[in-house]
Amino acid sequence: MAEPARAKPKPTPETQHFWDGTQAGELRLQRCDACANVYFPPRPFCPSCASRKVSVFKASGKGKLYSYVINHRPAAPGFTPPYAIAVVELDEGPRMMSNIIDCPQTPEALELDMKLEVAFEKLDDKITLPLFRPAKG
Amino acid sequence: MRRNQVAVVGAAETTELGVIPNMSQIQLHADAALNAIADAGLKLSDIDGIATAVETPQQIAHYLGITPTWVDGTSVGGCSFMLHVRHAAAAIEAGLCKTVLITHAESGKSMIGKLPRSTPPDSLNGQFEAPFGVYGPPSMFPIPVLRYMKTYGITHEQIAMVAVAQREWAAKNPRAMMKDPITVADVLNSRMIAYPFRLLQCCLVTDGGGALILTSADRAKDFPKKPVYILGTGESVETPMVSQMETFNSSRAFKVAGPTAFKEAGITHKDVNHLMIYDAFAHLPLFGLGDLGFMPHEETGKFIADGNTRPGGKLPLNTNGGGLSYMHSGMYGMYALQESVRQMRGIAPAQVKDAKISVCHGVGGMFAASGTIIFTNER
Ligand SMILES: [Zn+2]
Repeated sequence: MAEPARAKPKPTPETQHFWDGTQAGELRLQRCDACANVYFPPRPFCPSCASRKVSVFKASGKGKLYSYVINHRPAAPGFTPPYAIAVVELDEGPRMMSNIIDCPQTPEALELDMKLEVAFEKLDDKITLPLFRPAKG
Repeated sequence: MRRNQVAVVGAAETTELGVIPNMSQIQLHADAALNAIADAGLKLSDIDGIATAVETPQQIAHYLGITPTWVDGTSVGGCSFMLHVRHAAAAIEAGLCKTVLITHAESGKSMIGKLPRSTPPDSLNGQFEAPFGVYGPPSMFPIPVLRYMKTYGITHEQIAMVAVAQREWAAKNPRAMMKDPITVADVLNSRMIAYPFRLLQCCLVTDGGGALILTSADRAKDFPKKPVYILGTGESVETPMVSQMETFNSSRAFKVAGPTAFKEAGITHKDVNHLMIYDAFAHLPLFGLGDLGFMPHEETGKFIADGNTRPGGKLPLNTNGGGLSYMHSGMYGMYALQESVRQMRGIAPAQVKDAKISVCHGVGGMFAASGTIIFTNER
């Protein structure tokens, strides 16, 4: 029997560019052409000024650890507890939920404001997730 | 909204609280509703307005045999009932209806006749939170806590004291689920759920319900029970995704709902005799004290740790024991409202002596929504 898999996102017309980006190894954000606001999650207008003139761009993939929990129970399907559920503050401003890899899942190792960089984890031929690891150097 | 134009004239919880394996969720709604109608000395046919959440108003109206002229199905999580009170007060004042029934019930423990909650994979939560292992409120609601602690210098021991103080209140409430005294060490040694939170910092999971009946203040004096007036109200929403809150140092929804209610009531924080802050998890009273303006966030942890909110303290908080110790069927806001009404009627098991103003503050989802109701027993 197959192991229970982690919840898999299903893109919509408004988010497809983001998931195409992760498949191509890019973290893609959107910037408003009118007011320069950078925002997430994806939508085809600026949530700050309502302009529909927005552009997709490749983000740096760098950020820092804003906050997290280390989940013990109940564990989500496809996860082995304890595992951290983190919110990463990207250098461009927006925050996103993710997991921290290549790092012990302990309060001692997971220091708030530690520098992180994006890493891509392929789930299948259609979906690659943006995860984060401690930044090198 | 004008002050003291609408009053609570009926209030009751389900006959039983806790584990109720012999009732479905809609029957729990009906049990609470019938108790509240009896409390108000009314007949079902007197009800011309209905509000409920999760279950639809048509479901509950039909099950009870009510034909309303005003309906509210606002469903924004556990504070939905605070919003119902606010909307009902406005509707009564506007003449849309005369007598409103608000019901809540949840078969949260026994799961009888309760639809499972699900997150579609193409929703924003399904795409941008679910894949990262969130699984139920304990894995999501505490996500802001570590940032809040770092920003304001709050300690694990201070947050543990929330659970300890509320257990002291619960001990005075015969209907509370958990009444045995606990210490900070007990809290910090209880089973880890989602670091930094342990079992005793997470709400209970129970079955139960409650209902309220509101009418105009002018009619309220003819009812059998002491009227409890609506002095001020506020509401807001922020985001269904905890990761997308504007900041983890505060709740934007709290900061809109709370101050709106205080302004409407025309009171200051010193006027508050009794306070309820929806505590699905132990950090919520800290966020509430700060965002409602009782004190700067930096002082919230120390304020609770120093005993100011426990029995005998200067700001009695969550006097039924709260979601941590009284009961929590999934949408606790109704039970917070019930305790405020009991305190204003002067009949609470842990009655605050001479209390005249009660503030009741609710949260919905993971800081997704908020509603605040300020009650008084003086007109
Ligand atoms: Zn803009």
